[in-house]
Amino acid sequence: MSASNRGDGLENGARETVLARMKAALDRGDDATAKETVRARLSASAPTLVPARADLAPEGRLQLFIERAQAVQAQVERIDTIAELPATIATYLRRHNLPMRLVRAADDQLERADWTNGLLEVRSGRPEPEDAVGLTRAFAGIAETGTVMLASDAGHPMTLAFLPETAVIVLSSDRIARAYEDVMHAFRASVRSMPRSINLVTGPSRSGDIEQTLQLGAHGPKRLLLVLVDEPSAEGPIAHVGVPKTHT
Amino acid sequence: MQPTSLAFKANVKRALDDKGLQSALAMAKGGFQQKRAEAAANLPEFEDLRDAAKALKDHTLDHLDLYLEAFEANAVAAGAVVHWARDDAEARAIILDICRQAGAKSVTKSKSMVSEEVGLNEALETAGIEPVETDLGEHIIQLAGEKPSHIIAPAFHVTKDKVSDLFAEHHRRPRVEEPEALLNEARAFLRDKYQTSDVGITGANFLIAETGSIVLVTNEGNAELTQGLPKTHIALTGIEKVVPTLDDAFMILRLLARSATGQDFSSYTTILTGPKRSDDRDGPETFHIVLLDNGRSRMLGTPFQDMLRCIRCGACMNHCPVYLTTGGHAYGWVYPGPMGAVLTPNFIGIEQGQHLPNASTFCGRCEQVCPMRIPLPKMMRHWREDQFQKKLTPPTARYGLALWAYFAKRPRLYHRTARVAMALLGLFGRARGRFRSLPLAGGWTGSRDMPAPAGTTFQAAWQKRRGRA
Repeated sequence: MSASNRGDGLENGARETVLARMKAALDRGDDATAKETVRARLSASAPTLVPARADLAPEGRLQLFIERAQAVQAQVERIDTIAELPATIATYLRRHNLPMRLVRAADDQLERADWTNGLLEVRSGRPEPEDAVGLTRAFAGIAETGTVMLASDAGHPMTLAFLPETAVIVLSSDRIARAYEDVMHAFRASVRSMPRSINLVTGPSRSGDIEQTLQLGAHGPKRLLLVLVDEPSAEGPIAHVGVPKTHT
Repeated sequence: MQPTSLAFKANVKRALDDKGLQSALAMAKGGFQQKRAEAAANLPEFEDLRDAAKALKDHTLDHLDLYLEAFEANAVAAGAVVHWARDDAEARAIILDICRQAGAKSVTKSKSMVSEEVGLNEALETAGIEPVETDLGEHIIQLAGEKPSHIIAPAFHVTKDKVSDLFAEHHRRPRVEEPEALLNEARAFLRDKYQTSDVGITGANFLIAETGSIVLVTNEGNAELTQGLPKTHIALTGIEKVVPTLDDAFMILRLLARSATGQDFSSYTTILTGPKRSDDRDGPETFHIVLLDNGRSRMLGTPFQDMLRCIRCGACMNHCPVYLTTGGHAYGWVYPGPMGAVLTPNFIGIEQGQHLPNASTFCGRCEQVCPMRIPLPKMMRHWREDQFQKKLTPPTARYGLALWAYFAKRPRLYHRTARVAMALLGLFGRARGRFRSLPLAGGWTGSRDMPAPAGTTFQAAWQKRRGRA
């Protein structure tokens, strides 16, 4: 696969030319040392500097997350157990005069809720253009900026959080981490390889392109509802990643 | 894009008479500048992050070839196709070839300054493929047949009234005026385009060597629909965008939105690795990454290497007194403001771009706010020296400098002449206290008065004082 994926049919040695230009311009002398430096840098990744802002106990992180998410126009609801999810979403949709119909991720935790109580018309899968509401579950939240992290897989199409006008994202309260790096390290430890798409979502879609005035809902969702579930998650809390004492 | 940088002076005259542009530029001070200052002040680590980000990018650029090789190997292992383009023509050829193979009739695009750099839209149109810009600002200027005037707010110069006219004309809908109604109309119009496009083209904010991923940052969510709905995704980006690891990208991301719009974090940061997996329900079946050189490798190992740290946040132009007077179009090519004054001569040649490094008061604010601590004024000075050596500087300026140098190298003569000149100017100017016009100084007195000197020089006054003591 690798030979054909280098796309060197049309480029006529462009790759070699560009690499040779760089090597000549950089003139590093001992290339073995440089290669070893790069190899070491790539194999032992650690954050260099993580802001202290979210260095808080779990309850403080949760409060900061809510505050930051609301500051970027996300709406936040808290529920005790996943069983309350359908009724919470139904109330929200009714309040915003939205259709009582949604498309959701095929997700173990979401499936623990009872979707057959007649409040909502629900199907699982990928959204179509006419779907007005999408529901998915986040891997974790990031207190620093009120951000949620989504990872695509067979059960979690990326478009659920982008195509419908209203996005509902469920998150376990104990999965709110300090910083982006903490979440990425925890995620990569839990999977064999990177998924196609990882999305860090901070509030609904917005644009300032018409006379520098903020407008919500440019292309992605106009509304973002974050539902925090307070019961302990199966995965448990996310550890902080250490910052090395000496950084580059 | 055909540069008009040589017509800088004429471009500026036009910009000064453009009322819509001038009111947009006036708004930027309360907007971009104030928001950036607040965002920076709200993060105690902001200055330390700038230092660390600069060090990180310097390290990466010193090993650029090796990190790109690592990026390529990991991207290919994840199933992406990696292409290399020496210049703009090769980049266009690669992308047209992919579009033809995909049988593309229309392509959606999310905002990419590199695609402006290589003139991609014109090439697509010539090949009978409709390019559809999806960023709201890009959509507006595409309808207007214009070019971006700002690297993160491309339609910065267009008034709301003009947007209403453009939408009514091109969307064929009744004219609306409220920003919300305008946004909804563009949203509905572009929704259909996403669904029917054959190829999605984006840029990339970062390339991650460690994982072979690309990172995209938007507020609108248009990049996600651009790359996520069509069968083919092409990411076109410059070779300088690579960073070693995801941790490194997060460090710079903490600076990017704060420096650009004053947000703590943009709405959407997306990390893409390879094409759709076999059991994924959405995403492109093929994912191409085009790595563009186009003059970048030539900057390595030169005083311009620092410029390759640029993350395209736009803070330098948002704080530049020249940009905020002339707007972006006056610069005459893709990249405006201080970063453009440095980059444009590198890309289109100093002959074409000779006015741009001179379009600066050297106030130094660009360097003060640049998250990557790029010494922009120093690099503009390098260009001015280069121009002088190539005799591109106008004769009057060159002779003027030679004349000044003659006196500067002869201190006694200099002081004597200065005393005579100051005495004369002091004498003639005493009545009014200022000059309305002065020979050889029309550039100065054309728009303001020249204060009359005191009639004696500092040196003379100092000597007199010492004699008295």
